Amino acid sequence: MSIDLEKAAKVAKLARIKVEPDALPALAQEFNNILGFIEQLNEVDVEGIEPMTSVTPMRLKRREDIVSDGDQQAKVLANAPDAREGFFAVPKVVE
Amino acid sequence: MTELNTLTLAEARDKLRSGDVTSVELTESCLKQVESADALGAFVHKTPELALDQARAADARIQAGDAPAMCGLPLGIKDLFCTKGVPSQAASRILQGFRPEYESTVTQKLFDAGAVMLGKLNMDEFAMGSSNETSCYGNAVNPWRRAGDAAALTPGGSSGGSAAAVAADLCLAATGTDTGGSIRQPAAFTGIVGIKPTYGRCSRWGIVAFASSLDQAGPMTKTVRDAAIMLGAMAGHDPKDSTSADLPVPDFEAMLSGDIRGKVIGIPAEYRMDGMPAEIEKLWADGTAMLKDAGAEIRDISLPHTKYALPAYYVIAPAEASSNLARYDGVRYGHRASLGQGDGITEMYEKTRAEGFGHEVQRRVMVGTYVLSAGFYDAYYNRARRVRALIKRDFDQAFAAGVDAILTPATPSAAFGLGEMAEADPVQMYLNDVFTVTVNLAGLPGISVPTGTDASGLPLGLQLIGRPWEEADLLNTAYALEQAAGFVAKPQKWW
Repeated sequence: MSIDLEKAAKVAKLARIKVEPDALPALAQEFNNILGFIEQLNEVDVEGIEPMTSVTPMRLKRREDIVSDGDQQAKVLANAPDAREGFFAVPKVVE
Repeated sequence: MTELNTLTLAEARDKLRSGDVTSVELTESCLKQVESADALGAFVHKTPELALDQARAADARIQAGDAPAMCGLPLGIKDLFCTKGVPSQAASRILQGFRPEYESTVTQKLFDAGAVMLGKLNMDEFAMGSSNETSCYGNAVNPWRRAGDAAALTPGGSSGGSAAAVAADLCLAATGTDTGGSIRQPAAFTGIVGIKPTYGRCSRWGIVAFASSLDQAGPMTKTVRDAAIMLGAMAGHDPKDSTSADLPVPDFEAMLSGDIRGKVIGIPAEYRMDGMPAEIEKLWADGTAMLKDAGAEIRDISLPHTKYALPAYYVIAPAEASSNLARYDGVRYGHRASLGQGDGITEMYEKTRAEGFGHEVQRRVMVGTYVLSAGFYDAYYNRARRVRALIKRDFDQAFAAGVDAILTPATPSAAFGLGEMAEADPVQMYLNDVFTVTVNLAGLPGISVPTGTDASGLPLGLQLIGRPWEEADLLNTAYALEQAAGFVAKPQKWW
């Protein structure tokens, strides 16, 4: 599997990272090197092996379905680059 | 008189309890060292006022007879831990200016136990790296140098600042985190002890997430005893981390007897890599002989899927990172790019993330995005998770056959020069984690212990891997190895 410029640009778009067109060839090459390294996994016989989901067999804890936190709007907004009137502010999303 | 900053946690604790020193004296001694050590690039946010406040409070507790394990002991905290009101930016530009409104569970536990925070420590950006060279703060520098050579060496990564600070006696101990070897490799590069506990032993709550199924916090210390003391204070169940284990935390220090007679130590054939330097091979053989002399039974074992650990890791870790790092979007915290006329929300995301993330982080986020994308999810991600299950099974079988711990080298070499890998393929850098990454994939505890030096006088470490949840036994074996190795060398001060 090799990654061409178009595919590299698509991955960058999916990852929401702006990559200038002149940086794409080097990026595609890096992807190909890393994916080449990963290809080794195809040598392994994984027939009948379930994907690992947890490192130790533990049942996830459950908790009461009650409100346990909240009511701290000022703290939530304290680090926002742009917060107004109690909300996060972003560029216009709907026309 | 011994400089107070050079004390171990155990020595300082005993002196505090006997009234020989105060926490304020200890803290001032460390702060003085921190101030004069900017050349090491270890401390990136200093908190002297907070430290002295905490020290005074600790002294009051000690006087009142209420002195828990870490009371009054000055520590450095890796920048990955969220610390309330103190910059916590995971060495990334994208978290520039972020001051958490909350405290990570691990640092809260340390503070509850009376610990003093001197400041935040350098690291690779989002813990992605093996040399501390991806940090937005610039490099951390290893206090060790090759004999007769002033070239600056890496302290390893990602917990490079923690390793440099402890090795240079700027603090008595430090917190680290380990996703693929980020505690154990820097510990080995700087001649200190570092333990990654069993996955779930320490809460991940409030630690900036890299790869959530692999990340685990642990102590980086001057001795195995110190690692036992500090791990006890960091560990424990936390309802805020659903993967943290609801198991009692034993008194790790009390179980350090140094008696390992009858313990079975496995030596895995697959860790004898092609082209392994003779020095590393000798270090490993010497360590094996030390454990044998201490009464352990040495057994050759096989962990057949070892060679697939790194490629599996470089699917799983970037996949989880691409998901975890999606939150850095310029909306809720940290950096937001300045936008041009007509830029919408997509441009805001794309520009913010291009400006905020460094090169290695961008690369891993995009690799992760690719392996999770439609059409490749099964071929890459699910296959890697199945290989991961096989790697874990290798260890399960060794332990089921009676092996108590596994001895391996910690790293394939001693510390290398800063900048030396700059032109190398990223995969070359990834090979640094070849001996450590299996342990994260299997969720096991692993500890790096300094046991020797290379021809140029740089420290080298061995790794012991233990059974899940049996850190106490693992620490005891490490203690026996530490005593037999008698590693006492210190870096010559040049900073």
